Amino acid sequence: MTTLPQSTDKKLGLVIDLDTCVGCHACVISCKGWNTENYGAPLSDQDPYGADPSGTFLNRVHSYEVQPEQGAAQLIHFPKSCLHCEDAPCVTVCPTGASYKRVEDGIVLVNESDCIGCGLCAWACPYGAREMDQEEKVMKKCTLCVDRIYNENLPKVDRVPSCVRTCPAGARHFGDLGDPDSDVSQLVLERGGVDLMPEQGTKPVNKYLPPRPKDALPEFDVLAPFLEPVIAEPKGFLGWLDKALEKI
Amino acid sequence: MHPAPSVIFFSVFSGLGFGLLAWLGLGIPAVTGFSAFAFFTIAYLLAVGGLISSTFHLGHPERALKAFTQWRSSWLSREAWCAVAALVLMGIYGLGLVFFDSRWTLVGLLGALFSLGTVFTTSMIYAQLKTVPRWHMPLTPLNFLSLSLAGGALLAGQVQSAVVLILIAACLQIATWLIGDKRLAQSGTTMASATQLGDVGTVRAFEPPHTGTNYLLREFVHVIGRKHASKLRIIALILMGILPIVLLLLPFNHIIAVIAVLAHVAGVLTARWLFFAQAEHVVGLYYGKR
Ligand code: SF4
Ligand code: SF4
Repeated sequence: MTTLPQSTDKKLGLVIDLDTCVGCHACVISCKGWNTENYGAPLSDQDPYGADPSGTFLNRVHSYEVQPEQGAAQLIHFPKSCLHCEDAPCVTVCPTGASYKRVEDGIVLVNESDCIGCGLCAWACPYGAREMDQEEKVMKKCTLCVDRIYNENLPKVDRVPSCVRTCPAGARHFGDLGDPDSDVSQLVLERGGVDLMPEQGTKPVNKYLPPRPKDALPEFDVLAPFLEPVIAEPKGFLGWLDKALEKI
Repeated sequence: MHPAPSVIFFSVFSGLGFGLLAWLGLGIPAVTGFSAFAFFTIAYLLAVGGLISSTFHLGHPERALKAFTQWRSSWLSREAWCAVAALVLMGIYGLGLVFFDSRWTLVGLLGALFSLGTVFTTSMIYAQLKTVPRWHMPLTPLNFLSLSLAGGALLAGQVQSAVVLILIAACLQIATWLIGDKRLAQSGTTMASATQLGDVGTVRAFEPPHTGTNYLLREFVHVIGRKHASKLRIIALILMGILPIVLLLLPFNHIIAVIAVLAHVAGVLTARWLFFAQAEHVVGLYYGKR
């Protein structure tokens, strides 16, 4: 059913810390690895070792250069996957009912055997979180590792989305954002977590923690007194060497 | 947006076909027998041909019947229902005209309603998308409906109505372009709102996620040909509007009428190509593109 549930029991989602992410793309690889061999169709690649490689990814990391009015530019790595929106426009546009939002935990999924591959849901998603697999011709998207988080065959520590489990920097957090007391909700509160493109009205569940303000550079360099300024016009032996080298 | 030929042909030809069906359903022209057969054949070829071409765009056309299930929320599903209702009703109505020489008015009126409903629901598939601000406005359905009615009048041989409707459609087309040009800026979606990094400073896309291209860029970030947009708009306007109107105002002659139809269709195809090629999807902002 592609009408959205009035409310969901839980709002499972991710909190992504833009201050901590180092842009290593480990989450991209672990996501692709897990999801290509579990839920649904594999994530195909086209021309992977050739001149024009491309492929299906459920999670991609962008990098932005942000130039403050004063001071040095900052490089911010920006992982992006499905935000499991509360008002998910990708669900309501789907003609077949293949796209749906689960009442029990709010996860947005695609039932691939119903998907006709019309692509409309990818058009409706402002975040680029859905990709049509070029091999299987069905819509792929982040499942929040629905086949891990409830999987009792896995050790408890592994019952989180693959990207969260993998992130070496601890920049990705998973939990119930509908519960104000959960760790993730507390983190969002503490760090001022934000919605991406709030004006699109999708009410994303996933939140992004903005980068913390950078420390200002100290006024002087502690080593400065030990370093003589470079002599602009060398004299003596250096002067002779400079001229001699110039002549060669 | 990627201007996929299948979708452009679908929307233009089915728009024309359903436009003609709407006129026939209203009993204009009041044809029966063989001439009714000719008119209905043209209308069905266009409408059904368009629908078939749209299935080329699907990854799994064999599951297309599933698209009838979600009419409560999905405009694409509603379009499927309208199209089938229109084709069935107009088929019954056409049978009456062609074989029984009788006009079942109510069936015709309902058929006309669903024919226009099909064009409307098609346009709403685009107009509903907040992610493409250029399409997300009431002018999009008006643009589609006016073109369909004008093209239908042209095919139905209604010279006077066609002149007036083509004029209206051309004006709406110009308005769609000019107002559409401002929509992305008005939507408030920018790289700053997309990344929420605007408070830190000016955001510039430094590195895309992968060195190669991907589905999102191919489907949503189509910039080729945009530089010729203003020339193509003028060409589209001349072909779809000015030329047919001038030709229709000349003393009537079948060859001239055919040329008017061909010019109009070529113009609408150009305009529809621009409709896609010029549409900016907000996801492009994540790539520093539009
Ligand atoms: S991020 Fe995109 S795909 Fe995910 S729920 Fe929101 S609109 Fe749908
Ligand atoms: S591509 Fe599949 S999931 Fe997406 S709208 Fe079409 S049928 Fe639904």
